Amino acid sequence: MNSLDVVGPQLAVLVAAGLVLLLDSLVPQQRRLLPVVALLGLIVSALWTTSWVGRGDYQFLFDGTLALDKYSVFFYYVFAGITATVVLASIDWVNREGRGQGEYYALVLTVCSGLMFLAASRDLITIFLALELSSIPQYILAGWGKDSKSSEAGLKYLLLGAIASSLLLYGMALIYGITGTTLLPEIAAAIKADGETYRGLLIVATILLIAGFGFKMAVVPFQMWVPDVYQGAPTPVAAFLSVGSKAAAFAVVIRIFFEGLDADFLSDDWSMIFAVLAAASMTLGNVMAIVQTDIKRMLGYSSVAQAGNFMIGLAAISVAGNEFTLGASAILLFVAAYAFTNLGAFVGVIAISQRIGSDQIKDYAGMWKRSPVLALAVAFCLISLTGIPPTVGFWAKLYIFNAGIRADLVWLVLIGVLNSVVAGYYYLSVARQMFMGDAEEDKKFRASPSITMALGAATIGVIVFGIIPMPLMSAAQDAAEIFAR
Amino acid sequence: MDGFGVTVAFWILAAVTLVAGGGVMVSRNLLHAVLFLILSFIGVAGFFVLLSAEFIAMAQVIIYVGAITVLILFAVLLTPRASRDNSETVWALPGMLLAVCLAAIFLFVVHDTQWKTVTDAPLLTTQDLGHALLGTWVLPFEIASVLLTAALVGAIMLTRSAEEEAEDALA
Repeated sequence: MNSLDVVGPQLAVLVAAGLVLLLDSLVPQQRRLLPVVALLGLIVSALWTTSWVGRGDYQFLFDGTLALDKYSVFFYYVFAGITATVVLASIDWVNREGRGQGEYYALVLTVCSGLMFLAASRDLITIFLALELSSIPQYILAGWGKDSKSSEAGLKYLLLGAIASSLLLYGMALIYGITGTTLLPEIAAAIKADGETYRGLLIVATILLIAGFGFKMAVVPFQMWVPDVYQGAPTPVAAFLSVGSKAAAFAVVIRIFFEGLDADFLSDDWSMIFAVLAAASMTLGNVMAIVQTDIKRMLGYSSVAQAGNFMIGLAAISVAGNEFTLGASAILLFVAAYAFTNLGAFVGVIAISQRIGSDQIKDYAGMWKRSPVLALAVAFCLISLTGIPPTVGFWAKLYIFNAGIRADLVWLVLIGVLNSVVAGYYYLSVARQMFMGDAEEDKKFRASPSITMALGAATIGVIVFGIIPMPLMSAAQDAAEIFAR
Repeated sequence: MDGFGVTVAFWILAAVTLVAGGGVMVSRNLLHAVLFLILSFIGVAGFFVLLSAEFIAMAQVIIYVGAITVLILFAVLLTPRASRDNSETVWALPGMLLAVCLAAIFLFVVHDTQWKTVTDAPLLTTQDLGHALLGTWVLPFEIASVLLTAALVGAIMLTRSAEEEAEDALA
């Protein structure tokens, strides 16, 4: 197998990005084809990924810096799906904005390739560059709008992101300095050999890594940017940030911590750090979300709380023996479920705010009478975010709480359950507004075809995997198998 | 590479780098801050020379001292208010306290650790570096090139004026 074939999924996405740019400048009268090219690139990427699943030919390449395994493949699908939904949801906004259409899709596709590289890297240098490849275009996209709020979002995201990157680099440098290698398996071997003699340094490096990635995951106390950036950035970009970079950050953190820093004496320490961060994120995110009146800010805080839920899986590493991978597979299931659910919610927000011209929750009153299908789809996504059956969010929460209990983190799971009740309050109060509230006007409306497609795909995913969760669960378990020891 | 001279050089370079770094923080005039930054970068280049990494030292001087600081100077030059409005912040004191605490932790940990010392490191030529860059590290190398392209595209988009966009829309 040659190396071009190995990076095929990323290459397909990047080639599509180049084509979009070329098409935009050479054939400007055919701009409506741009999203089609972008979607085709993502489809080719997904098919390429599928061809490996067929071949079952998994291996490590580029001298071990890139892993082609079931874990990367799982995330390739997730990222291709997320990006396709974001492209669909962007079409109306980009057409209305008018400027830089080719550049917008090209940058979205570049982010996607960065996320894919991030999930597959097995080496600190590659991880860092892939992280920057996914971040820098996102800073630009967050500041894409012409209003000052969008510029503020872009600038805030850029400055805080730069600080987070520098902390991350510091942590990586310390790890390289003490182990003499950047490859995760070699780091693991070096730490297992004589790591206890430099345990203090490893803990400092671990904290720096958690701080750097915590920014991308948007967990407390690295969440300050979330509400402002989500509110100011164009809504499709906010959706992309909330799902894409969060999922990728968890993907790479699982790989670094479960593959590189999994020595027993060390994992006891960092699983405690993750447990505390998880509890803080869930609680603070939910409490702050209750008081929000802007739905994008509310979804921002809710994504902080959801990151706390993800983190229970990281804290659950201490599960002994053959259940070592339970925490990782729980996170993977949660990532996939969250991708469907949160994208659905954001696309619903895009569809509604496009028509009513407001992001205020109170303006959602009576949506049921104005656009029943839209209201129903958004309601399903909100129910799934809360974690109530028959939605995929229920299974994800059940699974991750189960992992927590098996790891003797009962206190953390209790906090998680209590927080789910709090979350239910504000998610369902939006639903109540839509169904019981009185609309100021009762003009009916429908979402545009592209938005309907995006919302439909997300909602169908939420419901179908809510009723038959087994395929998704076994895919997550398969992917997490690579960490078995 | 041992003995008194290297030790003295190390401490001088360390002092220059750190003092210049402090200067970047405290100088209220943005131009002065950039000049301090240049000094700090030169200090870091000196460390690379001490470590017998001449190529990286040269790259440090050319890229950081040469290109990046010139870019910052131009940005300051072309942004009318930038050099005047380097405002005070109420967070200066808490920030300083936090920095001192962090530095204390880092110093303690770094001092406490038994670092492995390499005595017979092979002398790497630029040729070796090139082989490594396009051999083992070809993937990160290519990722970096894609990253730069994306950053360029984004920078052009963000800085285009309204007239240029109107022209573009007509095309």
